[in-house]
Amino acid sequence: MPEALDMGKHALYVWGSFGATALFMIAEPLLLRARSRNIRKRIARMARLDQEVNQ
Amino acid sequence: MSSRFINWFKFSSPATFYPLASKIAWVSALVAVVLIAIGLYMSFFVAPTDYKQGEGYRIIFVHVPASWMSMFLYVVMAGWAALGLVFNTRLSAMMAQAIAPTGAMFAFLSLWTGSFWGKPMWGTWWVWDARITSELILLFLYLGYMALRSAIDDPRRGDRASAILLMVGVVNVPIIYYSVKWWNTLHQGSTIKLNEQSSMDDTMLLAMLIMTLGFWAYSIAVAMVRVRTIILERERSSKWVKQLAVGENRDA
Repeated sequence: MPEALDMGKHALYVWGSFGATALFMIAEPLLLRARSRNIRKRIARMARLDQEVNQ
Repeated sequence: MSSRFINWFKFSSPATFYPLASKIAWVSALVAVVLIAIGLYMSFFVAPTDYKQGEGYRIIFVHVPASWMSMFLYVVMAGWAALGLVFNTRLSAMMAQAIAPTGAMFAFLSLWTGSFWGKPMWGTWWVWDARITSELILLFLYLGYMALRSAIDDPRRGDRASAILLMVGVVNVPIIYYSVKWWNTLHQGSTIKLNEQSSMDDTMLLAMLIMTLGFWAYSIAVAMVRVRTIILERERSSKWVKQLAVGENRDA
């Protein structure tokens, strides 16, 4: 580990803060992408059903 | 009107804004990744160890940007909600809705990182100090807005009711900001002062500002992606959304 990353007695607090921040800021876009995909699929399915009914 | 001016009202239509939001999201995401990478490097490799707080002070590089964003996003969100009330534009309310979860996340992170900073420096995870309590109220305002918004089935009524809640809650933002001046708090005073020299080392200050700009770009990117999903959800019965969804899924 590079010396600059050695937080000594404050390791728990520094990594606890940076870790939680990283976790949230990585999870949020991933969850959002999954939600966006689900919505697109659902709308496409409904639109196709509509087309079939109207034909 | 001269063609030199952008007709902003054109973009208040969800159908026109939808593709633009995607472009803004990509550019902001790229800017966010670059700035946060530089900011993180500076936070650990460039900024010196603090003479008083040792390595523990490095929490500032996530704590301050998260706290600023939580307050800033609330004001932006209330601004969009107010615009929606005045002009009755659907997109404004959708923008407010899109910002809320990210704002709530930053309010939570502000409290979390603050707690992890408070423990080694003050010896306690939590204290009912004016700054910390008002930030907690901000988190509750975000959650209250989101709960109210989702509890009302009629989207237009939900927009109006939650806009009023947001606008009333704005009063809390100056309270958070000035709390360290108005009351005797355990929380330290402002690191950056508008009218005097900052109390920080230049590289520390620069790292913090770069991280803040990175968080800012991140928030724009996430809000733009989220507003696109909200547009799709709320406009799902319109023709353009159906055509778009069918077209996208055929390609996939």
